[in-house]
Amino acid sequence: MSWNEIYEPVIGLEVHAQLLTQSKAFCSCSTKFGNNPNSNVCPVCLGMPGVLPVLNKQVVDFTIRMGLATHCTIAPKSVFARKNYFYPDLPKGYQISQYEEPQCQNGFVDVELPDGTVKRVGLTRIHIEEDAGKSIHDLDIDTFVDVNRCGVPLMEIVSEPDIRSPQEAAFYLIKIRQIATYLGICDGNMEEGSLRCDANVSVRKKGETKLGTKVEVKNMNSFRFVEKAIEYEISRQIDALERGEKIIQQTMLWDSSEGICLPMRSKEEAHDYRYFPDPDLVPVIISEKWIDDVSTLLPELPDMRRNRYINEFQLPRYDADVLTAERGLSDYFEGVVSGLKTKKTDSYKMASNWTMGDVLRVQHERQGSLNDFPISPKNLSALIDAILDGTISGKIAKDVFEEMIRTRESPEEIIKRLGLVQVSDPALLEKVIDEILVKQSGQVEAYKSGKTQVFGFFVGETMKAMKGKANPKIVNELLKKKLV
Amino acid sequence: MKTFDAIKADLASGAATCVQVTRQYLDAIERQKDLNAFLAVFPERTLSQADLIDKKIAAGTAGPLAGMVIAVKDVICMQNERVSCGSKILKNFISLYDATVIRRLQDADALLIGKCNMDEFAMGSSTENSAFGRVKLPQDRDRVPGGSSGGSAVAVTSGMSTASLGSDTGGSIRQPAAFCGICGLKPTYGRVSRYGLVAYASSFDSIGPFALTVKDIASVLQVIAGYDPKDSTSADIPIPDYNSSLTRNVRGLRIGLPKEYFGSALNEEIKSSVEKSIDILRKNGAIIKEVSLPHTEYTIAAYYILATAEASSNLARFDGARYGYRSDDADTLSAMYVKSRSEGFGPEVKRRIMLGTYVLSSGYYDAYYRKGQKVRRLIQQDFFEAFNEVDCLITPTSPTTSFKAGEKMDDPLQMYLSDIYTTSANLAGIPGISIPCGNDSKGLPIGLQIMGPQFGEPLILRIADFLEHQK
Repeated sequence: MSWNEIYEPVIGLEVHAQLLTQSKAFCSCSTKFGNNPNSNVCPVCLGMPGVLPVLNKQVVDFTIRMGLATHCTIAPKSVFARKNYFYPDLPKGYQISQYEEPQCQNGFVDVELPDGTVKRVGLTRIHIEEDAGKSIHDLDIDTFVDVNRCGVPLMEIVSEPDIRSPQEAAFYLIKIRQIATYLGICDGNMEEGSLRCDANVSVRKKGETKLGTKVEVKNMNSFRFVEKAIEYEISRQIDALERGEKIIQQTMLWDSSEGICLPMRSKEEAHDYRYFPDPDLVPVIISEKWIDDVSTLLPELPDMRRNRYINEFQLPRYDADVLTAERGLSDYFEGVVSGLKTKKTDSYKMASNWTMGDVLRVQHERQGSLNDFPISPKNLSALIDAILDGTISGKIAKDVFEEMIRTRESPEEIIKRLGLVQVSDPALLEKVIDEILVKQSGQVEAYKSGKTQVFGFFVGETMKAMKGKANPKIVNELLKKKLV
Repeated sequence: MKTFDAIKADLASGAATCVQVTRQYLDAIERQKDLNAFLAVFPERTLSQADLIDKKIAAGTAGPLAGMVIAVKDVICMQNERVSCGSKILKNFISLYDATVIRRLQDADALLIGKCNMDEFAMGSSTENSAFGRVKLPQDRDRVPGGSSGGSAVAVTSGMSTASLGSDTGGSIRQPAAFCGICGLKPTYGRVSRYGLVAYASSFDSIGPFALTVKDIASVLQVIAGYDPKDSTSADIPIPDYNSSLTRNVRGLRIGLPKEYFGSALNEEIKSSVEKSIDILRKNGAIIKEVSLPHTEYTIAAYYILATAEASSNLARFDGARYGYRSDDADTLSAMYVKSRSEGFGPEVKRRIMLGTYVLSSGYYDAYYRKGQKVRRLIQQDFFEAFNEVDCLITPTSPTTSFKAGEKMDDPLQMYLSDIYTTSANLAGIPGISIPCGNDSKGLPIGLQIMGPQFGEPLILRIADFLEHQK
């Protein structure tokens, strides 16, 4: 259906990002994912009688980082509240969350869309909260509760209803993830739940200014599902409106196996959370100095980096986009560039090609992190330098690269061990070429009678004789001279 | 009944050992079981500890509270011991850890002899709201010892411990101290760590001591006071030497009498007893001034809105899911919550949870909770202004002396009014002490309250100690 001609969707996203702190938000328990159920716990996060929460300062630092990177106002004072509800995976019977006075407000992010336009999405607020535990219902026997995640720090990033398509929503989410991972405050892993997203979706006729009734969509645990679920919800709402129905304000759950959104039971959402300031915690007072201290530690953000690659390294926009998509790859590339002996646009482009091509390919095969990639950025710089200074040819370099992956040796070691140094000595090459020309006198005749395509054959024969180590440039020059 | 000074003298002269002192208290507890002051007694643990401390005394390495036997309100956690909070819902609950005050007392070589009965979750003014039966006033067993720390007050007044710990959210240390004729201190909010105190109303709760003398109160406070990184609301402010503040001199001190506290609700006998003490102070050079705390009439209303709001949230964790009482008769999650809590909590606790839930509900929050917060700030302001004029305030501790058991159980509002002179200190976060001030015509103890500015403990202890030595 071409709904986009009559209707306009209005979308706002609420993103929950798990902060990469070592310990939980209000106790010193580990935040490590994948430990045995109920092992990362203490009396505080178990909600034992008499315990008190103590705020982990790094949680505030990280949230301020996100706020600064997204042009938010950092509140000089913020207050933790209690969100009260009963659930077995919520040991205290309330979740600690900033409510009336969040840490950051009124920011924005610029999202570049595939057509090159830039969409500015406003951020209403970023606030800190603690995660709840996990109820496990699918073990048949009973419901189990794992409270390892209880008290793990989250920041909730709430956007304005500025998003106008499922695709924009996905790109917005990718941008948020990119910023948070660059800042080193979230690992951005949607499958493990360290990045979660809910969407508020409504539709209205184009040209209308009043917002339609919004529906909240939950349970979208991948970028693809965010796009699909919102797409589905928009169509559902338009179909309903077309049938003359009213949209009911409700919460829908995305069912990825069926590809549809289903309404949550109304009982589950009829909560009155009875928010009130948590009397066990004091307000967070942020001084100018605190903000300055955090901002001096801000790394270069992806947009700045991308623009630098385009302007300073003269890389094509495509390269800059691919290289900066993930902080890990970008940092790797930075390492390669800084290790290069020759700093010029050609060598940057070569570094880009190797990083985007061979490095990414091998990394996908290995499925590991770039931190333990067998070739260090420094070794890749050395390999590129070896090509640029004529020590080896580009073709031999590919073999050296594979050997570096296999053995983790430096290119110098491999070139030496396998004797791969390129032969550029004209006298030596001339001798070899003369022998070939004598042996292949028939082909020489053919060439001289105008069959110039045979030239490549001579190059190939020379390279074969030299086991690939001949400097192709010099071979070409010599052959041209001899065959006149 | 011996003060800590007398015990220390006995220990020093060799007239007694810690083990002997402990045995005497254990005997007193055994003899007066009918008072129902204790929910748990630790004879072996305390005796073996006493033996250790005797050795420390001999070696000259004993801590400042060596020889002091302390009973602890059963709302404060001790590792591997039950902490019932006077409730069926925590009847068999064993704490995983020590409260900070427990650690500090143990480090000072105090002997922790047992856990005291109390109003369920510290909600009450008579210690009749305990799931384990009411506590009796030793002076007249048909009467109440006050509450909610009734067990702790009775432990001291009847010689079952040298001192005890209570908790005070709206008067729960000072009012029972008054009813039982002993000293009870509610320190400044933040002076003593709340870590390990099972919360009733977090922004009001204070842990404080009961003792026979002001000096013993000072000795316990000296040990339990201080900043605790585990309690974000504890104050990182130096601890003064409380004992040295007991100068026996009140000359030049400006003492305020809030006129709203001497109104018609006050029993005449109490009024005249308190006035007698004020005369003594005047004769000894103190300057007595009438002051006004104009928002006093809203104290009880603000307290019961804000404290119950916090309680409704604090008590949500007792849901039968992880620990504590769980109803046998529940086949759904919702039934487990409803039945466990309906069967596990007593009527007063349920009343306060419902009240607190109501005042936080959407649509009512602004009219109740938010307004209550505003009133609280006005009451705090009243005190700040009063303390510009005077150094401290003197009031009766309670409008009546001890009443008959059952007398106010059907009339919660009457019961709440029992704390009419004490809740304001909790709303303002300031310290207050109740000291004995004679007896009424029935022979029942009367209490006098001294309130000071935040961290004004040295001053109120000084006046209390002065009055104590005028008898």
